[in-house]
Amino acid sequence: MLRAALPLLLLALSGAVAAEEPTQEPGALGEPSPGLALFRWQWHEVEAPYLVALWILVASLAKIVFHLSRKVTSLVPESCLLILLGLVLGGIVLAVAKKAEYQLEPGTFFLFLLPPIVLDSGYFMPSRLFFDNLGAILTYAVVGTLWNAFTTGAALWGLQQAGFVASRVQAGLLDFLLFGSLISAVDPVAVLAVFEEVHVNETLFIIVFGESLLNDAVTVVLYKVCNSFVEMGPANVQATDYLKGVGQYFPLLAGIGSLPPPGSSLFVVSLGGAAVGFVFAFLLALTTRFTKRVRIIEPLLVFLLAYAAYLTAEMASLSAILSVTMCGLGCKKYVEANISHKSRTAVKYTMKTLASCAETVIFMLLGISAVDSSKWAWDSGLVLGTLIFILFFRALGVVLQTWVLNQFRLVPLDKIDQVVMSYGGLRGAVAFALVILLDRTKVPAKDYFVATTIVVVFFTVIVQGLTIKPLVKWLKVKRSEHHKPTLNQELHEHTFDHILAAVEDVVGHHGYHYWRDRWEQFDKKYLSQLLMRRSAYRIRDQIWDVYYRLNIRDAISFVDQGGHVLSSTGLTLPSMPSRNSVAETSVTNLLRESGSGACLDLQVIDTVRSGRDREDAAMHHLLCGGLYKPRRRYKASCSRHFISEDAQERQDKEVFQQNMKRRLESFKSTKHNICFTKSKPRSHKAGRKKKDGVANAEAINGKPPRDLGFQDTAAVILTVESEEEEEDSESSETEKEDDEGIIFVARATSEVLQEGKVSGSLELCPSPRVIPPSPTCAEKELPWKSGQGDLAVYVSSETTKIVPVDMQMGWNQSISSLESLASPPCTQPTTLTHLPPRHLVAEEPQTLLDLSSDPRPSFAFPPSLAKAGRSRSESSADIPQQQELQPLMGHKDNTHLSPGTATSHWCINFNRGGRL
Amino acid sequence: MVNKRPCYCYLFPFGLGHSGVHNPLEAGQSPADLQQIGALAVNPLGDRIVDSFFPDGNHRVDFPGFVRVLAHFRPVDEEDPGMRDPKQPEPLNSRTNKLRFAFQLYDLDRDGKISRQEMLQVLRLMVGVQVTEEQLESIADRTVQEADEDGDGAVSFLEFTKSLEKMNIEQKMSIRVLK
Repeated sequence: MLRAALPLLLLALSGAVAAEEPTQEPGALGEPSPGLALFRWQWHEVEAPYLVALWILVASLAKIVFHLSRKVTSLVPESCLLILLGLVLGGIVLAVAKKAEYQLEPGTFFLFLLPPIVLDSGYFMPSRLFFDNLGAILTYAVVGTLWNAFTTGAALWGLQQAGFVASRVQAGLLDFLLFGSLISAVDPVAVLAVFEEVHVNETLFIIVFGESLLNDAVTVVLYKVCNSFVEMGPANVQATDYLKGVGQYFPLLAGIGSLPPPGSSLFVVSLGGAAVGFVFAFLLALTTRFTKRVRIIEPLLVFLLAYAAYLTAEMASLSAILSVTMCGLGCKKYVEANISHKSRTAVKYTMKTLASCAETVIFMLLGISAVDSSKWAWDSGLVLGTLIFILFFRALGVVLQTWVLNQFRLVPLDKIDQVVMSYGGLRGAVAFALVILLDRTKVPAKDYFVATTIVVVFFTVIVQGLTIKPLVKWLKVKRSEHHKPTLNQELHEHTFDHILAAVEDVVGHHGYHYWRDRWEQFDKKYLSQLLMRRSAYRIRDQIWDVYYRLNIRDAISFVDQGGHVLSSTGLTLPSMPSRNSVAETSVTNLLRESGSGACLDLQVIDTVRSGRDREDAAMHHLLCGGLYKPRRRYKASCSRHFISEDAQERQDKEVFQQNMKRRLESFKSTKHNICFTKSKPRSHKAGRKKKDGVANAEAINGKPPRDLGFQDTAAVILTVESEEEEEDSESSETEKEDDEGIIFVARATSEVLQEGKVSGSLELCPSPRVIPPSPTCAEKELPWKSGQGDLAVYVSSETTKIVPVDMQMGWNQSISSLESLASPPCTQPTTLTHLPPRHLVAEEPQTLLDLSSDPRPSFAFPPSLAKAGRSRSESSADIPQQQELQPLMGHKDNTHLSPGTATSHWCINFNRGGRL
Repeated sequence: MVNKRPCYCYLFPFGLGHSGVHNPLEAGQSPADLQQIGALAVNPLGDRIVDSFFPDGNHRVDFPGFVRVLAHFRPVDEEDPGMRDPKQPEPLNSRTNKLRFAFQLYDLDRDGKISRQEMLQVLRLMVGVQVTEEQLESIADRTVQEADEDGDGAVSFLEFTKSLEKMNIEQKMSIRVLK
């Protein structure tokens, strides 16, 4: 806490001082010259955005500091810490500026801070779960909120009548009802912040969270109705008006009074809000269908249209939260299918970033706002009464509703669930913003209400937020368990859905399953056809999706556990298999599910029979990524509309590839041991590997094992631009994402296979011991063998049988690339043995040269070139481009090998490549 | 078990409009009657589910038989399983029996195992046309491999149960109206 406050203090101070004395600031802060005013301190012009940025920065820094200590965040929810931080900051600002600054303004809150959070929760809402529990959610949201509002308001009024509330609180029944209506709604921001850390089971979470989202409509209506009554004044409210007010909830009753004004009936507000959301979701999905040429604006569209939905609903005084929730919920399926992988990741991260920012700022500002004592007036009776009543009536309401619901629910909510639901009714910033919006002239007790709201919000967020985790533990609430979906589960789940739908058909009962099935038919027949890109629609299938993700995960997990090097590179790994992707894979989903980069999933490997073959596939993917890219041709133009990799990115790639290389080394060495322990089925391979002694001898003699002719076909450079999708109507296989630029085309000749068989270095790795990440003796002697030697052995016919098709395809696609690695022309083997730590790096330039060797097969690389490559590769993080240009030097002119000339050549080639 | 509640009487109305048989209790239903239900035609597993109403190659199902099938989908009662008389057969809506019903949809030749071929057939029904035959085969391979524990290349009922042990079958294979 203190550590957090110290750096922030300075920031806050500077902000406060600057804001407080705007008139003197040229003299105080700047240095205006008396003559020419070229340089002026223009605080005024940047003040507003600067402060916004500053606050977000402060909030983010605070978040970082909180998370430095795992202990604190595991005990205390972040929202609590932020509120406390806000209190401290608010105190400082108050002390320095003598007046409260930077409070939570309702306008800012509703227009800017709330939408990202709601969009995030709507977009990433598990829709199946949501609709499965829709009945319960709606009941709690509508009936529960109405119940809470009326009972709390009425009970407070009773409390006042009984004399427990001081007489200075001037409020009538209507005022209390108004207050009850704003204090009764469970707040989505607070619920999300707390429940995300608690990990209760999904059903419980979706009910509490869904309620907090959907009750917005009720709150809006209640608040508006009560507010208009209060503004009319109790004296003017006639009996018919009450009826009208009731009629606004239930249009059927409205016939008694005059018709309610459109827009304030509960049904209009909620259904209208939802309708606006769905309309925008439709528009959004439809728009993203046509963005294949302008991928860059895809993420923007998602945010823009969702925000437009929010604003439109707000404008029409419909429920904005409901609108944006439905927009996110409705559009996700189609948008995810339409936009590219990168856009998907961008959407995900931007959304999460925005939501987290907004949430942080909200809680912090809430803390700051509480400090301002000019705004509130304390009354113990009111505060205590409210606290007790909201807790009591929430619990009572939950129990009553659950009792009714359990008569209809398939899986009844048990007592423990009810306790958590009652206790999880957190109030938050929405209530606060609404109470600030009250008009003091109309509601004389506003200050008391503000104080009470602040206390209620703080109590629920801090006390309940702190205790709900131990409570959940103590009650042994069923936690959510994260088991990864298996293909069987996915398939059978679909089967069950179909069975239930069919049985409902047979029975003649049009229940939930019937309608879900109808909807799915409709969606498949019309909606998806209309809203999804044709290519995306065709290759979209859930079972296939799961299958594909599982394959990728297996590969990753194997590499992760076998590689012994668990590093952050694991995160980048999933993208590698997708290079060979036949169908659309959802890397983002994968990332979301695996959570961290280090996905040690031993289970999958164990249960799957052919883990062995998958290992090989995984390895192949590794190799594929570990290879240096030959030439990559970029467009020379610098387009704003297409993202092209810049030098930095390529640099990263180089570094990453070297990293992968290193991992591969250790990975391979462990594999040797595996080979030994599983000796029996591998014996024939061992025999084969014996041969490679010959190959080694050859290699050490400095003779390239064979000519380089076939490698001309090995490295085929394809420039995959984003226009590639134009051909997407031809077959699903052409639908490759534009993420990867290189495809190795297989030219697997018999020669290739032979070469694979003779290479390998098994007998050089004598004993089955646990291999550290450092190279083995075999690798020290023959660096190019170490990684790839026995990998080539697996290019045998047996592997291709069992490896799943797509992997196999990828395998085939890059046999050639393996080959080129398996037998680099050995120019300087002896020097390499003297430099054991360097060889990992050093082999890559060689490979590079090898891959890109010119059509003249007799060409021999001068030793100087190899050396140059080696020395450069040591500093390759700095000059990766120079590395890449070496092959081109071979093409152009192999007598001039100095880096300077090479650069110029490279430029020429670069441009030419762009035109191709 | 089945006749515990009489509410199934209204659950046998499908034949009335379709086959002209006005007293289903007397005449029973034939597969064709069930197949006339329009919604079943679009259900990928419709045929198989209809067939499961007609065990042992019968072509008629009487009311008790019909109800016996439907009983699989009753929600599981709350009662403690330990309280049940062990001599009594397991109720039709138990987890095992629910699973067995699903299992039999896969296991066409009734040999107690889902072979790769059978898995492939189901997948062909379930997965859309957009996935190629090759891909389907690899999915089928993988699915069988995943569940197959004894390595015989087929999924036995035990393995089937095991692969779904984390799933809430009681919830997923129940229909509320049959309570």
